[in-house]
This record gives sequence, C-alpha cells and structure tokens, in this order.
Amino acid sequence: MSGLIIKGNTCDWEIICGLEIHCQIISKSKIFSGASTHYGADVNENVSFVDAGMPGMLPVLNEECVRQAVKTGLGLNAKINKHSVFSRKNYFYADLPQGYQITQFEHPLVGEGFVKIDLEDGSNKSIGIERIHIEQDTGKSIHDISPTKTFIDFNRAGVGLMEIVTKPDFRSPDEAGAFLRKLRTIVRYLGTCDGNMDEGSMRCDASVSVRPVGSNELRPRAEIKNVNSVKFVMQAIEFEAKRQVEIYESGGEIEQQTRLFDQNTGETRFMRSKEFAHDYRYFPEPDLLPLDLSDEFIAEIKSGLVELPDAKQERFVKEMGLTPYDASVLTEDRETAEWFEKAAKGHDAKKVANWMMGDFFAMLNEKKISLAESPISPENLGALVELITSDVINGKTAKDVFAIMVETGNTPEKIVEEKGLKQVTDTGAIEKIIDDIIASNPDNVAAYKGGKVNLMGWFVGQVMKASHGKANPGVVNSILKQKLD
Amino acid sequence: MAIDQETVKKIAFLSRLKIEEDKIESTEDDFNKILDWIEQLSEANTENVEPLVSVNECSLQMRADEVCDGNQADKVLANAPMKEYGYFGVPKVVE
Repeated sequence: MSGLIIKGNTCDWEIICGLEIHCQIISKSKIFSGASTHYGADVNENVSFVDAGMPGMLPVLNEECVRQAVKTGLGLNAKINKHSVFSRKNYFYADLPQGYQITQFEHPLVGEGFVKIDLEDGSNKSIGIERIHIEQDTGKSIHDISPTKTFIDFNRAGVGLMEIVTKPDFRSPDEAGAFLRKLRTIVRYLGTCDGNMDEGSMRCDASVSVRPVGSNELRPRAEIKNVNSVKFVMQAIEFEAKRQVEIYESGGEIEQQTRLFDQNTGETRFMRSKEFAHDYRYFPEPDLLPLDLSDEFIAEIKSGLVELPDAKQERFVKEMGLTPYDASVLTEDRETAEWFEKAAKGHDAKKVANWMMGDFFAMLNEKKISLAESPISPENLGALVELITSDVINGKTAKDVFAIMVETGNTPEKIVEEKGLKQVTDTGAIEKIIDDIIASNPDNVAAYKGGKVNLMGWFVGQVMKASHGKANPGVVNSILKQKLD
Repeated sequence: MAIDQETVKKIAFLSRLKIEEDKIESTEDDFNKILDWIEQLSEANTENVEPLVSVNECSLQMRADEVCDGNQADKVLANAPMKEYGYFGVPKVVE
C-alpha cells in the first residue's frame, strides 16, 4: 500500500484526492476560430473576432481538436462517446470576453478510463479517469505592468483544452505525482499536448479531503486551483491534508472551499467558500449542434495510434530482455525509447540498455546536452556494443573507445582500427606473453604454488599490461590457470 | 415555479445588472409573468416526442485545422475603452 497515513492524536488519517488537469490541445488553429495557437506571438495578434467575443460571431468546431481529444481518450483506455454536447458555462471575468466559456457538461466527448501508474516501491496502481471534455481556454491576465490596472492578452483565448478529470483515487501526494508524470508521458507520446506545466500548457487542480483510516465517509473537500508543477501539486496536497487533520483534531470542521497554492511558502490559502461558489447556469450551447462521431472516424484514429509507454515497456521486457526498471526508464519519453530501439537494433539489447543508462546518460548529463545533441549516434552506440559482444574489444577498451567517440563522433570500428585496439584472442600470442612472465618471475610462481592463490590477480595484471590492455581477459585467465595449477 | 425578490437580486448580480431597489418588485412581477407564459408550454402533450435539439435538420459541420484569421490587433482593440501596449486594460483584478 502506497497511501500516506497522517498520524493524529485521536486516530490515523488517510488522504482522498482527485485531480482535474487542463491540457492545451496541440493544433495549428483554435478550437472555434481560425486564429493561430502559436505561443509567443505579439500581444493580441492571434485573435479573431470570435475569440474576442464580438457580437454575432459564430464558433465553428476544429476537427483536429476533436481528433486529438479522442486520441487522448484512447490513450487513457477510455470510452469514446459518439454523441457529445457543448454547453455554456456562464461567468464574468476579464479574461473571458464572451461572458461564457463553451465547454461540455452533461455529455462529455470521453467517458471513463484508467491509467496505470508505477510507484517507487515497485508496485503499481490503476487510477480511474472520470471523463475528458473539450472546451476553450481563456485569455491571459498580466498584473505586474501597472499598479492600478490589469492587462489582458487574448492570444490564448479560444485555444482548445482537454479537461481530464480523475476519480478520487489518490491516497498520497506520491501517487498524484506519479500520475501527472505518466499522463504527461502519454500525451507527449500521442502528440496531443506538449505537457509543459511551467509554460501553462498543462495545469492542475487538486481536490483534497481526509478521513479516519477505516471509514468510508467523504468529508467536505478543498479544491486547490492552478498548481503549475508536479512538485507543487504534491506539496499542495500534503500541506492541505495536514492542515485539515489539524483542524479536525482540534475539534474544528472543514467547509467546502476553493484555495490557492502559494509556491513561495508551500502553503494553501483560502480563496472562496462554497457559499460564494460560482453559479455557472450551464445550458446547451445554442451556437453549436451536438457532436456526433461516426465509427469510422474513431476507428481511423485508433488504427493510427502510436505504441504507448505501457505497451513499449512490456515489449522491452518480454522481447528484448530488459529489466522492468530499465524498460521504465527508457520509455519515459518517446525520443529516448526511439533512440534506444535504433541503438539496440540487431545487437544485444540488454547490453545496449546498460551502456545507454550508464556511460551514455552520464555523458549527456556532464555535457548538459539533450539526446538530440548527442555526439554519438544510436547506430554507433549499437556498433560499440557489437564490438564487445563479438570479442573484438574488451570492456575496458570499450570505455576508451567511447571517450574517443564522444570527442570525434567517429564510428567505433574506425577508432579501433586506427588506434590498433583490437583485443588479442589469439591463444598462441597470449601464451607467449604468459610464458615470458612466468619465466621472469620464478619467485611469484613459487609463492603461488605454495598457496598464495590471490597472486593470480597480479599475473593477470602483468599479462594485460604486456599486451597493452588488448588481451582477452577470459583467455588470459584460462591459460594462466592451465600453466600454474 | 415562482421567483422571489432574493432570486431577482441574485440573477441581477450574476448578470452584472444593476437593478434599483424600487424596481425589484416590478422585476419580480415581470419574471413571474414570463414564467407563467412559458408554463403554458406544459399544456402540450409531449409524450413519445423526442427532445428537439435544433430546428435545423443538419449535423454539426467541422472545419479543417487551418490558420485563416488573426493578425488584426488594431481592429480587435478598436472599441476597447482602455488599451495600453497592445493589451486590453481593465480595473485591477486581484484574487
């Protein structure tokens, strides 16, 4: 069990938490208008009259946004609702020019699904997805230019969003963190959202309540709004749960409320109570007909789905002989997995994985470069492993060759050839070196035969030195044993 | 269904409409007359009648994902009561 139990004076408490994640849909144009979604454009440059909420303008649904949300639903093992309906969510706010947001309410595009998360103790857990609906994003408020005014940029207004709602299945901050990382991996694999929480293209709200361990009751929850990193979501849940436990333990009550997370203090603070909760007065969107999808539309998206991280991980273990840990590291993002598969093609996959996760990742870290900037191509790393498995070079020489590959970008074959690093497996040549060493060290031979068996290491060392590191250590060991024992 | 004065005030607040105190009673009255009028619809027998989503006998048309709009910040901002540095200006919003 991976739940976090908070020890109280009166009893032990468990956390009940659900998440709502807003993911910006990757599409060229907005969900209901033809304005660009490009991030970083000049202020109010990507705004159509539809996005600006001008009277008489009508929304037209972008097919790509629907496609992307369906794809995401399939990636989260969820039911796709062939019939869904758009609704108006009415509220006044400066970043919402229409005075309402077009969203989906009673009939979302995607229904129930699940995501498998891997936890640090090696166990896994299934997290339920309640629904995914599609809607339009709001504009962006800028508060720090003027002390008396707020400035609004509507470039983001009308960008397509998928709101992913989970079941209240999280029992610890770690589970919520693992879920967010997994969700980010999945949407990035699918290419439906870039998953960058720090840029706001993925934003998270967390609902948190606590209850005594063993009870089934659901107590009033606090909703923490717009937390913008995995770490902060985890901090916010932990802080909020402990705050609620403290209140209950001292005889107080929690009322349903909305709270804000302050990333400077790691605390949540009161924003509004249920009493002042928004009254959104949802009603069916009169400007858009219901969305009805054909079986063919869904089937076409299904057939074009990429292999998802879970399936890839399983294949890496079953077909390529990797450990579950190796497989989970190498499938964390699509680029890494694809790089690995290129490198491992036709070679010993487990050895390639070891090299990649060892020397190779260490080199990228040290140089502070990304996979795409690597001086070593996947093909060359595979070739290096091949040189080891086919006994052309030994493991020690391989480290030297690797270092030269980093410097020059040359193929390992070329480096081995030019530097004359091929390992000596010719038993005749090795035997000759060994005979010389035995002949010139009669004292050590006598000592060995007299019982100092750990001198074997010294003999192997001498032979390797005499062969400039190129002798095959296996062959050296077996000939030495023959001669000395 | 009947509307009371509290509901009138709440709807006015949600709609950001200012209704003078002395108009609340007559607004309540108007609301109730409208609701009574709508109520007449319940006299029609709708048994076995499918809910009507739209009078249009067509299905939702979607558009291709192409950028064909935007690049008109000056027009978008033309009617803004307050604008600065290309932004819309509004009274300070603090949460």
